[in-house]
Amino acid sequence: MAEAAPILVMQGVSKRYGGVRALENAGLEVEAGRIHAILGENGAGKSTLIKILAGVVAPDAGRILLDGREVAFDSPAAANRAGIVCIFQELSLVPDLSVADNIAISNPPTRFGMIDRRAQRRMAKAALLRAGAGDVHPMALVKDLPLSRRQMVEIAKALARDPRILILDEATSALTAADVAKVFVVLRRLRDEGLALLYISHRMHEIAELADDCTVYRNGSNVATYRAGAKSDAEVVELMIGRELSAVFPPKPPPKPQSAAPLLQVRRLGWTNRLRDVSFHVEAGEVLGLGGLDGQGQRELLLALFGVLSGVTGEVRVAGRLVTPRSPSAAKSDEVGMALIPEDRKTEGLMLPMSVAENLSFAALDRVSRAGIIDRDREHALVAEMMQLLAIRAGSLDNPAASLSGGNQQKVVIAKWLMAEPRIILLNDPTRGIDVGTKQEIYGLLRRLADRGAAIVFYTTDYSELIGCCDRALVLYDGAIRRELVGEEITERALVASALNIGETAEVLAAGAAR
Amino acid sequence: MKDWRYALAENRATLLAFAVFLVMFAIYAGNHPAGFSANVVQTASNKGVLLALVAVAQTFVVITAGIDLSVGSVFVLANCLGSWIVVGAAWQAALGVLGVLLAGVACGAVNGLVVIVGRLQPIVTTIATGAVFFGLALLLRPSPGGDVYGPFADALTGRVLGVLPASLIALAAVVIVLWIPYARSPIGRAAYAVGSSEQASFMSGVPVDLAKFWAYVLSGLSAALGGLFLTFVTYSGEASAQTGGTYTLYSIAAVVLGGVSLYGGSGSAIGAIFGALMFRTIGDLLFVFNLDPLWQPLFQGLVLLAAVSLGAARLFQVRNRLELFS
Repeated sequence: MAEAAPILVMQGVSKRYGGVRALENAGLEVEAGRIHAILGENGAGKSTLIKILAGVVAPDAGRILLDGREVAFDSPAAANRAGIVCIFQELSLVPDLSVADNIAISNPPTRFGMIDRRAQRRMAKAALLRAGAGDVHPMALVKDLPLSRRQMVEIAKALARDPRILILDEATSALTAADVAKVFVVLRRLRDEGLALLYISHRMHEIAELADDCTVYRNGSNVATYRAGAKSDAEVVELMIGRELSAVFPPKPPPKPQSAAPLLQVRRLGWTNRLRDVSFHVEAGEVLGLGGLDGQGQRELLLALFGVLSGVTGEVRVAGRLVTPRSPSAAKSDEVGMALIPEDRKTEGLMLPMSVAENLSFAALDRVSRAGIIDRDREHALVAEMMQLLAIRAGSLDNPAASLSGGNQQKVVIAKWLMAEPRIILLNDPTRGIDVGTKQEIYGLLRRLADRGAAIVFYTTDYSELIGCCDRALVLYDGAIRRELVGEEITERALVASALNIGETAEVLAAGAAR
Repeated sequence: MKDWRYALAENRATLLAFAVFLVMFAIYAGNHPAGFSANVVQTASNKGVLLALVAVAQTFVVITAGIDLSVGSVFVLANCLGSWIVVGAAWQAALGVLGVLLAGVACGAVNGLVVIVGRLQPIVTTIATGAVFFGLALLLRPSPGGDVYGPFADALTGRVLGVLPASLIALAAVVIVLWIPYARSPIGRAAYAVGSSEQASFMSGVPVDLAKFWAYVLSGLSAALGGLFLTFVTYSGEASAQTGGTYTLYSIAAVVLGGVSLYGGSGSAIGAIFGALMFRTIGDLLFVFNLDPLWQPLFQGLVLLAAVSLGAARLFQVRNRLELFS
């Protein structure tokens, strides 16, 4: 690609979060007047890359060149001034302000020091029309708009800043097909106007339709850059996989046949438009994995089972009996016996300022209480047992939970729920951001719990865990189960292909087999 | 939807506060033993304007999703300082007014700096700084006393053209000179944005820290205006802990009644002013209906509870219960 000097070059960019490597010597070259797609599986470093370009996080090492001049952004505002505007996946709109206020938020037109509301409305209207969202009223409050309209406003807001480089991070994920078509017309026009567009999406057909160039990321580095259409879907999947197994997994038992009354049976579960017609079962002693790209409804599925969401349709059976948990306390009651290890241990799993012992016994207070009074001796005995089972390294049981390392905190969260002796254990990405050693201990623990007769539903964004830990895996896409993989079928290739919802899965698998 | 509907929706909370106040005041004036007279309005407005100015001060900070528990102390401090320096000849008193207002600005700047640079929660910060400000007031006026330049006081607490209370005109001037330009300026817009979603604001390149700083500074200024006015009403200064505490709490009540969201991001100082006048009228209503003044706190509390409950109605629509806690 030597026709034009690239407008943006990233060289040797690295970024670590604690012990986790997000980007390692990553590079990227983007030309003006082209749409450049970035591909990669979960955790490949795409979002960190975007955050660095947008000025949200600072890289540990590496250079960013804009028009050949080295630049560094200390805030999103600085990146905007340099002409780099990002449309984030999590919306950056202010809910209580009007559409026009939001579109003009960083540089409102003023007269005599006051915002010129009329000029601002004209500006907003023009930007909305440019984004193909003429149906949105500039005076409407953002919080009153449906998600798809908000996303269009987000695009209009980016356009109103006259960017030279426009970054779209899953910007079409909430849009209807008709909106996507409109947005694509807009994006092509912008490209023809000479903008450089960076397009991140997990929808392969969108990339095929839109992109001029593609760069594939894997393990925090760019592994290939090619002209769109130069590689088949199978070759792209091949480029994206290949993450080395980061931990050793315990051996798996032989597969279990489906019984008449599995421990957990879910039929036609639905919630708003985020979960559609989800049906599956888990046997006692089985570890069921939930896979797919981040944000395809896996988290909502676990929350729905645990009674956190209201308005859930469908039925949940435990050991053949119809139970539909309406609250977390109902879900952990004896007849259901469910536990959810939450994803964000700091807000949903632990009371950080309280002691380790207190945290541990929260979910099992009824088991250590007599006549409503907490039996301190019994509490301490149980806590000590759990500490030993999970090898939690804490200076003292009375230290605050906040003083433990991330890995040990996560073990406390798991131990806390195990003290209630659940039959069904739901885990929401429990190994994110913890060290390899602790990960291995958690894998071993999951298998031991299953062997003791628990049914485990394990959502993870790390494909190697689905492969190494799970007896079966369900791949979700857009709130529905896209594919079920059993035993040996769980391979990285099959997982990536079905996670991307590539139609010709058979072709991809065949290409892999032929290798 | 038509444009006017959006404009109406935007100002709904303020208009509602205005309407409720009008009804309450009509009942009050209609049943007053002396009837609806210029005197009744003047007395009511002098009392109401004191709280209204403190409520305006509270609004600036609440819009950024903060809370300022030092407004009552700044109010008292300004009162005590005013009783020392707004004296002498006209030009000396005018300089004194300026000094009092600058002191308010300084108090607000201290609050803002501690919250922004120290990254402390507004509630903790302003409890602490409020105690400091009150301590200063106590040093200035260990016992009630002092004086104020008479012509200023008479002009601002009297009547214009024989009917209009001067205090209301002064309050309107504060709205026109201070609030409206602020609310329409980029920095005021930034304050609303920060209160609504600090993260989205940061991502959008809004000057988050600057917006908060200005909110605290203007809060200090408005509270000092209120304290100055108290000096004009009472002709003296008094470092009363009770006055400080009451005004702080009532300012929060007034803000809520005026439709300013304690979650930040929406509402108007104009609404808060009507909230303050409403809150004052509740007490007066009890008076004209010959109810025991002992009922006043209970009654005010019930009205406040009703207003807060209306504001919480949206929570019934939440489908993911984790969002209730965020």
